[in-house]
Amino acid sequence: MPDPMKIRATVQGDVADVRVLMAHPMETGQRKQGGKVVPLHFIQSITAQLNGKTVFRADISQAISRNPVFAFKVKGAKAGDKITVTWKDNKGESRTDETTVRGGS
Amino acid sequence: MRRALMLSLAAAIAAAAPWSPAKAQTEDPVAADFDKFRAIMEQANPAELFEVKGEQLWKTPRGPKKTSLEKCDLGLGPGVVKGAYAQMPRYFADVDRVMDAEARIVHCMITLQGFKYEDLAKRPFSSATKTPDPVSITTYVAAQSAGMKLAPSQSHPKEKEAYETGKAIFFYRAGAYDFSCASCHGVDNQRIRTQPLPNFTKPEQAIRAVQGWPGYRMTGGVMHTLQWRLNDCFRQQRFPEPDYASETLSALLTYLTANAQGQEYKGLGIKR
Repeated sequence: MPDPMKIRATVQGDVADVRVLMAHPMETGQRKQGGKVVPLHFIQSITAQLNGKTVFRADISQAISRNPVFAFKVKGAKAGDKITVTWKDNKGESRTDETTVRGGS
Repeated sequence: MRRALMLSLAAAIAAAAPWSPAKAQTEDPVAADFDKFRAIMEQANPAELFEVKGEQLWKTPRGPKKTSLEKCDLGLGPGVVKGAYAQMPRYFADVDRVMDAEARIVHCMITLQGFKYEDLAKRPFSSATKTPDPVSITTYVAAQSAGMKLAPSQSHPKEKEAYETGKAIFFYRAGAYDFSCASCHGVDNQRIRTQPLPNFTKPEQAIRAVQGWPGYRMTGGVMHTLQWRLNDCFRQQRFPEPDYASETLSALLTYLTANAQGQEYKGLGIKR
């Protein structure tokens, strides 16, 4: 099973700042190891939900770095809300993690 | 796409937590820019992924003996992780030697979980495709000492001995280049390319031997600990590589850490 993500969501006013760290090799299909090409292996889609409602969706390519970081803002979020993030890769693997929005300082 | 994300990330961070110029440790503008870049990257450091993984590895029953590491004594009692990293290397009576954090974790994996040293030492460092378990676990342990003052014990005779041994290793010149650690790290204002090198013989600079480790290296996206850092220093000096988690490295780490005694350890780092 893929390694867990690390999600941080902090709210300032009614806008939540969400930062997601994903553990993924993000192989470009260009790299060689022991003379053999390492096959393409990358995250294709990312979805984020606020209390079950989709607020962010992205289709990405192998151009994104290994262990990528994504940051985005969500309007209308408040402390205690649930942010769920899901990624799916080209091998059909996926991972979903959830966090609770924290109040800002 | 990536650039846009990075920009929005940078903007978000600038708004949330303005970077404080007081953080710059040097007046060199190039170095100051690197510090600024690092400060931004630290806000979302992939090293945390390895911390999460390390925590799982610490708590999960594993190895031939199917036990977790929660009985592992890092010096503050069995299972106490918080603050342990900042107080190592230290003397452990059960093995009658000084151990640094990773050496102690390896010791626990062998004694508690039944792993074999030979297997752990075969490929101890991270590559693009594999991060060894002790690396993730050390990352987890280190992160639980973030913000604490370095306080490696120097009261036991063996700890003083390790300091002196470490010091001797630090100044020992040998190898094809007739180098010692001190050739680069015993003088002020040395650098390799754009990288300024700290002088570890001075307390205020010695902290930089510990700070930022374990660290995530953006080049290649790999997680490294101090075991790797020291090993690579020896490799660059064209020395024979020291054994993984050996007494040699614990001694050298004792010397470096004790020189930085009392300074704040900021936690996991991120490297270019």
